[in-house]
Amino acid sequence: MKQLFGGGIHPDGHKDMSRGGAAVPVPAPETVVIPLCQHIGSACKPLVAVGDAVLMGQKIGDGEGRCSPVHATVSGEVTAIEEREVPGGAKVLSVVIRNDFKDARAEAKGAEDYMSLSAAEVAAMVREAGVVGMGGAAFPTNSKIASNEGKTETVLINACECEPYITSDDTIMCTCPGDVIGGARLLAKALKARKSIIAIEDNKPEAIAALRAEAGEDELVEIRVLPTRYPQGAKKQLILAVTGREVAPGARSGALFNVTTTANIFRAVTKGQPLLEKIVTVTGDGANAPQNVLVRIGTSFADVIKAAGGIAEDTKQVIAGGPMMGKAVDTLDVPVVKGTNSILCLTKACDAAADPVCIRCGKCASVCPMYLQPLYLYRYAKAGDKEMLNEYYLNDCMECGCCSFVCPGKLPLTETFVQAKQLLKGGK
Amino acid sequence: MNLTVSAAPHIRSNETTRKIMLDVLIALAPAMIAAVIFFGVRALVLTAISAAACVACDALMGLALRRKADCVGDLSAVVTGVLLAFSLPVSCPYWVVIIGDAFAIIVVKGLVGGLGQNVFNPALGGRAFVMLFWPAAVTRFSLDAVSAAAFGTVDIVASSTPLQTMSRSVLPEASLLDMFIGNIGGCIGEVCTLALLIGFAWLLYRGVISWRIPAAYVGAVAVLTLIFYRGDNALAWMLYSVMGGGVMLGAIFMATDYATSPTVPAAQIAYGLGCGVLTVVIRYFGIFPEGVTYAILIMNAFAWALDKAMPVRRFGVMKGGAGK
Repeated sequence: MKQLFGGGIHPDGHKDMSRGGAAVPVPAPETVVIPLCQHIGSACKPLVAVGDAVLMGQKIGDGEGRCSPVHATVSGEVTAIEEREVPGGAKVLSVVIRNDFKDARAEAKGAEDYMSLSAAEVAAMVREAGVVGMGGAAFPTNSKIASNEGKTETVLINACECEPYITSDDTIMCTCPGDVIGGARLLAKALKARKSIIAIEDNKPEAIAALRAEAGEDELVEIRVLPTRYPQGAKKQLILAVTGREVAPGARSGALFNVTTTANIFRAVTKGQPLLEKIVTVTGDGANAPQNVLVRIGTSFADVIKAAGGIAEDTKQVIAGGPMMGKAVDTLDVPVVKGTNSILCLTKACDAAADPVCIRCGKCASVCPMYLQPLYLYRYAKAGDKEMLNEYYLNDCMECGCCSFVCPGKLPLTETFVQAKQLLKGGK
Repeated sequence: MNLTVSAAPHIRSNETTRKIMLDVLIALAPAMIAAVIFFGVRALVLTAISAAACVACDALMGLALRRKADCVGDLSAVVTGVLLAFSLPVSCPYWVVIIGDAFAIIVVKGLVGGLGQNVFNPALGGRAFVMLFWPAAVTRFSLDAVSAAAFGTVDIVASSTPLQTMSRSVLPEASLLDMFIGNIGGCIGEVCTLALLIGFAWLLYRGVISWRIPAAYVGAVAVLTLIFYRGDNALAWMLYSVMGGGVMLGAIFMATDYATSPTVPAAQIAYGLGCGVLTVVIRYFGIFPEGVTYAILIMNAFAWALDKAMPVRRFGVMKGGAGK
C-alpha cells in the first residue's frame, strides 16, 4: 500500500511481544496516588480532606475552566494530599488513598436512550466521568465534543497506535469492540456528523476483524485500513492520510478521538462509569513477560511491573509511553495516570554520541512529516537564532522523533527542538 | 535499579555515518575494478596510497584540534582519498597525489570545521590545488598505461583522451561502446560509464543519494551539447560529451557529496542543472578540455544559498498561498 502522508519512518513494531488475549487485571494496590492534574489544562481542587472515607468512583477533585475531574479508583481512606512525582518528572498535588479492599462503589447511572443525546449532554457526562484524550495529549474530551457539534462531516477515530511496542489500543479493540463501535456511533450521532471513520493500521489484523464483525453494515461507522507508518497517529498526519487534506497552520483540526477514548466515552455515557482503570502495555526486552494489564489509575509503576511478571535485572530504561515519544522515568514510584498507555522496559539505553556530527545527508528532512528542515533548525537552535527558528517553522515540530531516529550522526535533534521551543516562548 | 533518563526518542535506527561511507566505497568498487583492467595495478596502488594519506591527515587533524568524533572510523577520509585518486591520471606521481590529499583534508575540510562543515568538496579542492602547481601531472594521460609500473617513475606515452580530441571540435576515434565500458584514456575512475552507473544504482538502492543531482547534472550536459553540438552529428556529440571526461563520476559521486550540496529537493535540481551548465561552458570556453572540477567547486559555493532560496512548502500551506 502506498503511504498516505509525507515523510515518516517504519521502525520495527515489536508488537507481537505483548499482543494477544485479554488484559490481565492487576490486583488493586494497598494505596493509590491520584494526581489532581492528569490532563492538559488547569489542575483540579481536591474535594476531599485527609481522613475522609471515599467510595470507588467517587469524584475527589474538580475545577473550573479547561479541567477534567478525577475519581477515587479504590474505596478507602484519604491518607494524604501532597505533591507526588508523576511520569515525566513533574510534582503534582495528589490525593493518596489507602485501599480498604471492599471496592464499595459510588452510584453510577448511564443514559438509556444514548443515541438521542445532544452533544452538550454527551459532553457533560463525559466530563463527569473524567475522560481525557488517551492518545497522549490528555486533552479534556468534553471540550472537544462540545466544540465540534455540527461542524464536522466525519468524526475521525484514531486507532493507528503507530508507536512501536504498544498494543493497549489493539487490546481494547480486540476485547471490547462493542464499546469502540458504540462510541463511534454515539459520537457521529451527537456531533451531527455523517459518519465516524475508524482509522486503523494494517498491522492489527485481529482488531480490524473484530471491529468489522461488530460494526456489520452500518452507515454510521466506516473502518479505514491504512498502511502502517509512524507517525500516522499524529493528528495532522492522520487527517491527511484519511481525507487527503493538510490542516493549515493554526487551523482547527476538527473532531478526532483516540480509540480508547472513544470506548471510554461510550462507557461514560451508557453506564455513567467514570474512568477508573485502563489497559497498559508492559513490554520491552526488559519485561520478563510482556503483556497487557488492566490497571487502576493511581497504581504505581512498581506494582504494575510486579504483577506483570517483573523486569530483568539489567533493565536500563523504563519509559512511560512508546519509544518514540514516551518519557523515561527515574523511579518506578510514579502512578499510572489517565494518559499512561505503556510501560516500556529496555535493557539498552540509547547512547548519546560524544561529539555528534551532522554530515548534511538530509535524511532528517526527508522523514519529517511536517516538511521541516531539522538539519538547519539544529544549527539555528545551537546558535540561539530565534528569527531563523521562526522562519524555519520550529513550532510546527510535533516532536515525533523521526529525525533523531534516522540521523546517522546521532544528533540529539528532537531533544534540541524541545529546548529551542522554550527559547522561543521566552523561557530559559 | 539505576534507571537512565534520556530524552525521546529512545530508539534509533542502526544507520551510521560509517555505513553510509561504506556504501559509497562499495559503489566506487566497480569503477576501481574497471580502472585496474584498463590502467593496470598502478591504479589500485595510487588509490590506496591516496586513501591512506587522507586517513592519516584526518587523524592528525583530529588530534591537533582535539575533536572527539572518530574521524578515522567514519571512513569519510577514505572516500575523499579514493575520489581524489579517481580524478587523476594513472601516471600521476604518488607524491603529487599525497600533496593533493593533504590539501584536501587539512585545508579544504579540516580547517573549516571538519566533517560536514566544509563548503567545498575536499577531493575536488585537492585536485584543483595540484592542478595549479603540477598541471602536467593532472592533465597528461597515458592510454596504454597497463605497462605503467606500480612503483618508480612512469614514462608517459602522451596520448589524447576523448575530451582532448573533442576540444578541437572533432569526434574521438573510440567507439561509443569503448566509451561506455571505459576502454579510453582519462582519469582513473572516470572512464567506465558502465561501472559508474552500477555504483549509481547501488547508491539509489541503498538510499544514500537521490536521483536529483546526477539526473539534473547529466541532463543539463546532454541537452546543452545536443543543442550546441560541434561536428555534424548532434546525438553522437552529446553521447561522447556525457561519457567522455568526468561528467558521470562528478555527477554521481562528487556533486552529491552531502556536505557541499543542497538538501532541499528543488535546490538539488537547480544545483545539478548549474553543475551541468557550468561544465559545458567551461569545456567550450575554458582553457582546459575538462570543466567538471571547477563547475562543481563553483556550485559548491551556492549549495547553502540554494537551500535557503528554495524553501520547502510549509505543511498545510498550498502553493499559491491557498490555505495560508
